Amino acid sequence: MINEIISMNGYGAYVWSAFSFTLISFTALYFVTKLQLSKEQKRFASKFGSLNVEKARAARSQNINREILSNTSNI
Amino acid sequence: MFKYFEPNKIFAITSKAPKYVLFLFIIVLTIGLTEALILSPEDYKQSDAVRIMYVHVPAAWISLGIFTSLALLSVGSFVFKNKNFALIAKSLAPSGFIFNIIALVTGSIWGKPTWGTWWAWDARITSMLILALFYGMYLLAWRIYEDKEQVIKVTSLIAILGVVNVPIIKFSVDWWNTLHQPASINILSTNTAIHSSMLVPLGIMTAAFALFSILIFLMKYNTELIKVKNKGLDRL
Repeated sequence: MINEIISMNGYGAYVWSAFSFTLISFTALYFVTKLQLSKEQKRFASKFGSLNVEKARAARSQNINREILSNTSNI
Repeated sequence: MFKYFEPNKIFAITSKAPKYVLFLFIIVLTIGLTEALILSPEDYKQSDAVRIMYVHVPAAWISLGIFTSLALLSVGSFVFKNKNFALIAKSLAPSGFIFNIIALVTGSIWGKPTWGTWWAWDARITSMLILALFYGMYLLAWRIYEDKEQVIKVTSLIAILGVVNVPIIKFSVDWWNTLHQPASINILSTNTAIHSSMLVPLGIMTAAFALFSILIFLMKYNTELIKVKNKGLDRL
């Protein structure tokens, strides 16, 4: 059974390489995108941390900024 | 109507959605791979080589769908002067490009046992390669141009010019004598040349690929929104 799945009637090299290429591309794109996202989140947190009290209060008044900060704390 | 889709309003959803979409994607992909690699029957002519169809066809469909969306969003950003459309289009492009590359590479792998060649300058393959070039230019333009107004104009132009190629890809098998067979599935008709035992795994794999493109879109869109907010912090 396992041998049949691997050999695929002699087409195993073609079938498995096509599926492997697809899954490797998916994994690479997912991790590159995730890395870019966490880099931007960290940059946001670092910039936010360097703001003075007044500016931090003004920034925090926006829902989206609060949302980004709450997600950043989960990284 | 667009005010409901303003980034500030939807970020609470788009920032939480990826983990649920990822979970759903893994489940659907697992079912799809089991169906495609183990449960679905082999073809009477192509034998097990037909299984490549389950990654090749969904990848091609989704890359075409995403490029069509890029063009529609580009027109939308011009007509409605809404920059969020450009941001959505920019976030969709990377997964569309990857699906285009997957369609080309898996098509080439499928071509060897079926046609006896890795590559042929056949109408459909060539038009898919042209689509990949348009995707490449689109993504490159976002990296090259610094001015926001200018980059939106250039990328919109690329998307609108490139979408002319989409019907050429679709009808290339009918208009020219190509190595590709005519379309086996017609979404406007119940008649299909594929048996349900192959149509079901194809449908599940298409759903899995669509979920993956949604996942990448959401993550990329969140990244772009945070970039905008980072610039906003600089201006405070």
